[in-house]
Amino acid sequence: MDRRDAFRLNALTSGHRACSGCGQAMAARMVTDLLGPDVIIVNATGCLQVFTTHNAQSAWQVPWLHSVFANAAAVAAGVEAAQRGRERPARVVVQAGDGGTFDIGLQCLSGLIERGHDALFICYDNEAYMNTGVQRSGSTPHAARTTTSPPGRLSEGKSQLKKDLLAIIAAHHMPYAATASVAFFPDLKAKVEKAMSLSGPRFLHIFSPCPLGWDHEAAASVQVARLAVETGLFPLVELEYGAVTGVMRLAQPRPVEEYLRLQGRFKHLFREPRGAEEVRHLQALADANIRRYGLRDAPTTWDTDEAGRVQRGGRGGYVTTPEHLS
Amino acid sequence: MKRQIEGSQAVAEAVRLCRPQVIAAYPITPQTHIVERLAQMVADGDLVAEYVSTESELAAASVVLGAVAAGARAYTASASQGLLLMTEVLFNIAGLRLPVVMTCANRAVGAPINIFNDQQDSLSLRDAGWIQLYVESNQEAVDTLIQAYRIAEACELPVMVCMDGFYLTHTVESVDLPDQAQVDAYLPPMHFARTLDPAAPSTLGGGSEPDNYLEYRQAHHRALERALVEIETAAMSFADLFGRAHGALLDSYCTEDAERILVTVGSAMGAVRDVVDALRARGERVGALRLRCLRPFPTAALVQALQGARRVAVLEKAISVGLGGIIVTEVRAALHHAGVRVPVDGFVGGLGGRDLTPDSIAAVFAASAAAGAAPIDCCFVDAAEDPPSPPPASPVKEPLHGPS
Repeated sequence: MDRRDAFRLNALTSGHRACSGCGQAMAARMVTDLLGPDVIIVNATGCLQVFTTHNAQSAWQVPWLHSVFANAAAVAAGVEAAQRGRERPARVVVQAGDGGTFDIGLQCLSGLIERGHDALFICYDNEAYMNTGVQRSGSTPHAARTTTSPPGRLSEGKSQLKKDLLAIIAAHHMPYAATASVAFFPDLKAKVEKAMSLSGPRFLHIFSPCPLGWDHEAAASVQVARLAVETGLFPLVELEYGAVTGVMRLAQPRPVEEYLRLQGRFKHLFREPRGAEEVRHLQALADANIRRYGLRDAPTTWDTDEAGRVQRGGRGGYVTTPEHLS
Repeated sequence: MKRQIEGSQAVAEAVRLCRPQVIAAYPITPQTHIVERLAQMVADGDLVAEYVSTESELAAASVVLGAVAAGARAYTASASQGLLLMTEVLFNIAGLRLPVVMTCANRAVGAPINIFNDQQDSLSLRDAGWIQLYVESNQEAVDTLIQAYRIAEACELPVMVCMDGFYLTHTVESVDLPDQAQVDAYLPPMHFARTLDPAAPSTLGGGSEPDNYLEYRQAHHRALERALVEIETAAMSFADLFGRAHGALLDSYCTEDAERILVTVGSAMGAVRDVVDALRARGERVGALRLRCLRPFPTAALVQALQGARRVAVLEKAISVGLGGIIVTEVRAALHHAGVRVPVDGFVGGLGGRDLTPDSIAAVFAASAAAGAAPIDCCFVDAAEDPPSPPPASPVKEPLHGPS
């Protein structure tokens, strides 16, 4: 049977070693099935590389290449250059975590985009270096606890802000860039399909909770991811050539505290009075996102409630109402 | 066809003749003329290849890694700081057993920053798992580059062709450039069996563990050992087809009856040959041996070539600071292991572009001849008596801000 006719590709097949509730495993499984079989994946070092390949074992049913941490985008550039002029060129896709995107991989990513390679770069953002044991990254949000941004007598967690990566990406004026979330599969699906319908450099930033690093229940990953969107902390937007062209409207913005209280990495903010100030800072950041992207009044086809109610492929489906979240 | 041509341009012509499909480049002196010439060839349509101008040497090495993993013949070049910035990826290319070919235009490594020639850069990467070939002339640089693709693709190992910066890269000399049909006959189209292909998905670069990593490294070592044969074969077939030879693993000069042999690497051999001629004219039985291949280390051939000598000196353009010469240490180890008890004197010179003149080389021969039973450990050729240590900071004549 031609692999393209299969009911489900299972590009990332079962038996891998991700933690239960791993947002990155969920996201990668969703994304790579949508990509189809005619791809070559280049993976940065990180959890996804570690839990999917082990000795001679591999969970990948598509061609997959890992080199080192910093260079995934540049390796992909080489793979893509090799495809040019071929009869049936494979599409090139990069997968990296936030360390491999925001920090150590940023230079190679910028080069990939600047040179206009035909490649899709996917960042699975779990907001810290999880593979090495939860150290802060440029993506770690303000006030979050990591092993290298610990709360203490003189600290309320990470003192800096989460890097505004999308603004950096937007400054490259590339054909397509979008944020997505494991909690909004239909939206994620539409964005992957849109990205794959275009050529040139494209970027997908997918919010992927880490139960281990964020210290929440494994079963709560989707709920946490949903609240990140619904609070305005992680807006779902689309950019074309640097301009915002799509926004997921918030049906009813939720208070940031609701999101923070689910996660142990913010627990210290609720133990002492001085934490309350950081909670206000985080709420202000969410409010700024809401204003910046017009998350309350954007003229979009669906909002967070409608997107959450979309039946999944007509089989079972999922329905989420505010009652489910409390 | 013979042409008066700069070394870098000659190498670019050789690259073109090997029909690379992907070229990755990042500028660094003294490598730049090679990739500039390649860019012009692509711009003029004389070379059909994807030319990727990367944002760093780390990316350039990564681009050729990706291209070769996807089945394309690829080329890059670098030197000095650039080569060291590539280091992580160069180890990775070798571990993945990818047949990448690159040129190193040998240059000193800072600090203090210095753009001129020595071989500290590539010798610092001798443990990276690459085949390393060092050339003496621009003709040899051209011929070795063509051989390098054949060796790399036959062995599934990367090859670094090292040529001295400026002394070769920026020097115009007469070079016989082969024609395309000859090169095509010598070098078959690239076929990489482990090419990433959606029709036959495979995983390349997955994790390993204590229970198999050791065996991967062992296999890598064995592959390099086996490559000795392929390097010799490539040189012999090249000589058959093109009528030129530069040695294979070694290149010896007047060693057959030599009592004292000077071992060196790279372009310094040209002046060494002249000094050997002059000393022989005075009746001294001296010879010279050039290591063309440093990795894999040609232990057996080296022992064979040196075992008749009464004294050996090694003159090299790099140092393992805190130990002494790098190559001298390896030569001593090879001879010792083979039970050949010949004293080996160590000379480090030519660093950072200091000329190794015929007089300097004659002084090396003389010092080695005059030394007693104990070998000279590490002598710095032509070094000032009182070197500055550490490098002095530039004096600030006018303070930027007045006293507060």
